[in-house]
Amino acid sequence: MQIKLRNPNIIMKLSRLGSFHQSKLSFLRSFLDEFRDWDYSNDLFDLDENGYGTAIYSFKKKNRVYSLICFANKINNHERSDRVIATKWDAAFTLYDGVPTKEDIERLKNEVPKQEVGRLSYKELTLSRANKSLRVFDHVVASLSEGKQPDLDLLGKVGYLYRTTAVYGSGKFGLADRFRIKDREEINGPFRLEMMLVYLVRQFTFDQVNHVAKFKNPKKAVKLDPEICKSLGIGNSTGLGMAPFIVNHPTLLNNWILCREKALKKIRETKNVQKDQYDLFKKSLKNSVKNITSWNTESEYQKKKINSLLQNVKKTLNFLETKFSFDIEYPFNKIYLWLEKETCDECIEYVVSIMMEPFDEIIKPLVSEMSSDEEKYFNIPTQKTVEDLKNIIENRYTDILKIDFNKKENIKNFWFISRNKEEPRYSNRFEEAGSELEQPLAIARDIKKLYEQLNFFKNNLKIDKFLSKHPSSRHVVRRAFIIDKFPYAEIQDNTIAENVVPVDMLRLKLSFFGALKFDPRSDKWLRICMFQGAPLPNELKDYDQQWVYNFSNEII
Amino acid sequence: MINNGFIILAMKSFSEIETISKRASKAIGFSWGIAEEVGKGIKILELFGLAGIRNLNEYFNLKENNQYENLNLINEKNQSKKYPYCPIILGVSFLDQVNNLEKFKKIQLQKVAFPLLVLPFLSRSSAEIGKKILYKFDEYSFLLNLNVNISSQSFSNECPSNADNIEISFIDNKDNFREQDWKSLYKLSEKTFVKETDSLKIGAAGAGLTDND
Repeated sequence: MQIKLRNPNIIMKLSRLGSFHQSKLSFLRSFLDEFRDWDYSNDLFDLDENGYGTAIYSFKKKNRVYSLICFANKINNHERSDRVIATKWDAAFTLYDGVPTKEDIERLKNEVPKQEVGRLSYKELTLSRANKSLRVFDHVVASLSEGKQPDLDLLGKVGYLYRTTAVYGSGKFGLADRFRIKDREEINGPFRLEMMLVYLVRQFTFDQVNHVAKFKNPKKAVKLDPEICKSLGIGNSTGLGMAPFIVNHPTLLNNWILCREKALKKIRETKNVQKDQYDLFKKSLKNSVKNITSWNTESEYQKKKINSLLQNVKKTLNFLETKFSFDIEYPFNKIYLWLEKETCDECIEYVVSIMMEPFDEIIKPLVSEMSSDEEKYFNIPTQKTVEDLKNIIENRYTDILKIDFNKKENIKNFWFISRNKEEPRYSNRFEEAGSELEQPLAIARDIKKLYEQLNFFKNNLKIDKFLSKHPSSRHVVRRAFIIDKFPYAEIQDNTIAENVVPVDMLRLKLSFFGALKFDPRSDKWLRICMFQGAPLPNELKDYDQQWVYNFSNEII
Repeated sequence: MINNGFIILAMKSFSEIETISKRASKAIGFSWGIAEEVGKGIKILELFGLAGIRNLNEYFNLKENNQYENLNLINEKNQSKKYPYCPIILGVSFLDQVNNLEKFKKIQLQKVAFPLLVLPFLSRSSAEIGKKILYKFDEYSFLLNLNVNISSQSFSNECPSNADNIEISFIDNKDNFREQDWKSLYKLSEKTFVKETDSLKIGAAGAGLTDND
């Protein structure tokens, strides 16, 4: 049986992309898989009684070493902010390429805590900072120092001790450019070193809380139970900074989505599914329900989505229990077709993610196809004709061409870079100043304009001649030729429309990271949790692959 | 600050170089699409150790108060009317039109501002057509090899802000060595071969001795 890849014009709608969930393809899970046989160690733990100081954690294999350097600092409560405008954080981190010398540590002690205004070097690979969840951290310290484990209800409501507020890589602030390291086998997957940083930061938070509790009451203090540690992740506050990324990296976005689509296609095309494979799928789906019921948010938008997801997942489980027999040919195709007919987008994508669990032989080869050599596609094929370009636009932007950009609601917003923090922002062009400095992220509008311009030229005119007349459309000409080769490279929506929900763009990216529990705090930023339930570093050599669904859930 | 003998804190990443060059180009008045090309170009120059950032900054400083001509359609011989050619529009046009320009073998231009800024576009053009390109102005000459490397006798940070006469030549793909040198090396390489005996002829190859089947 040949199943077609799903239609990009449906899958690439923002509402659908904003319904994606983590899966075996997610970067934090593929990171754990890649580094499971590396040697983990805590090389330095020089913290004072209040938990301030320097710590170093590393992964080593043969001659390669990656070292996370942590700087924990005292800050006042009023200085603690998750927003990008903050200038101080409870802790700051960098992932160093190799073993840092004393001189490196001294240099980095001056620079890393300054984050965006510090300067890093090609020896540093990623940079981040994090703030304590104060109520959880203080409570855990108080409990442990009294010889008790903390209140699991409180931990369950938050899910982490610290949350990161930005993770930078790929040449930002002087960090190593990706081209310097891209050929390393162990990072043949997107954001692998960013994932390593976050994962090791999680371990630092456990070690720090134990350390502070011990100093507070050396005789009575106990350590945080490892099972509770595993049930805690690392939080993350994410704003609009992430949104332009998926527009600015079309071939990378394509490869992420294409791998997911290829996985689904192959699973649906699997004729005979073994009982243990089907059981694993069903068990993961059943166990995952607690991840939905413990998903806390104040966002009405997200609450509705969660409720609908919960109802639909229960309906799916009921269908699987009472009306479905896996003992047929192509069982996952039948399940998928049922989902399309009977459930919502959020549930379809949720179950699609879980369908991947039993199929390592399908998923593992795809993981290495998720990066992209974007430079290869930068040059515009100027020997193509106006007709070629019009055909691409008509085929790839069918719905976009139907949008009327003369209507105010379709051009309401604009993307810009804030002068204060050099970060992307999004605002109403009719109420705020600055739209003349709009970033080139209104792809739908610009593609339609390009199409209208092309109609004034003869079909056989070469693109080099067209570009000499319309240099202002060059960015979308380049883009259309890229999109022709990569079906899932473009969001099939108008990203400046009145009804656009920017968090959908963030959620798409975060689902590929492997985030859980999306908690939108507005339509422009959200909180998430990463690595909740993941094995601890000293357990990596042999861990449960389905930890996302199976972890001890006493606290949630 | 010096670390392990390297001044590392002074160094900008290539990603920063590309981003800042792109944004500055947009700010000076180029479209986003052209600005993207400039970002890539300055990154190439800096990667090859050439003074991309310096030349771009000096050009943009002058551009605010001076006029430059846009050469949108390149011919075999190109003479600016009044003002020097803008190196960025010239470079982008060259890259876009390189498949048509190749037939000229040699292209001449008179009066080009900041000629170093044209170089990355020629380097990419070389990769596009699969031929080396020789770029000459004043006493400078650069051999651009498929955007993989650039050879020159004049790698210095000094580059003129204007060049009166520029030549761009397409170098046909041909061997860069004498046939006699090749033959001599070939002969030497034969010494790694084993002379076949009758028995080896029969037994060491995969196919049979005749193929009359």
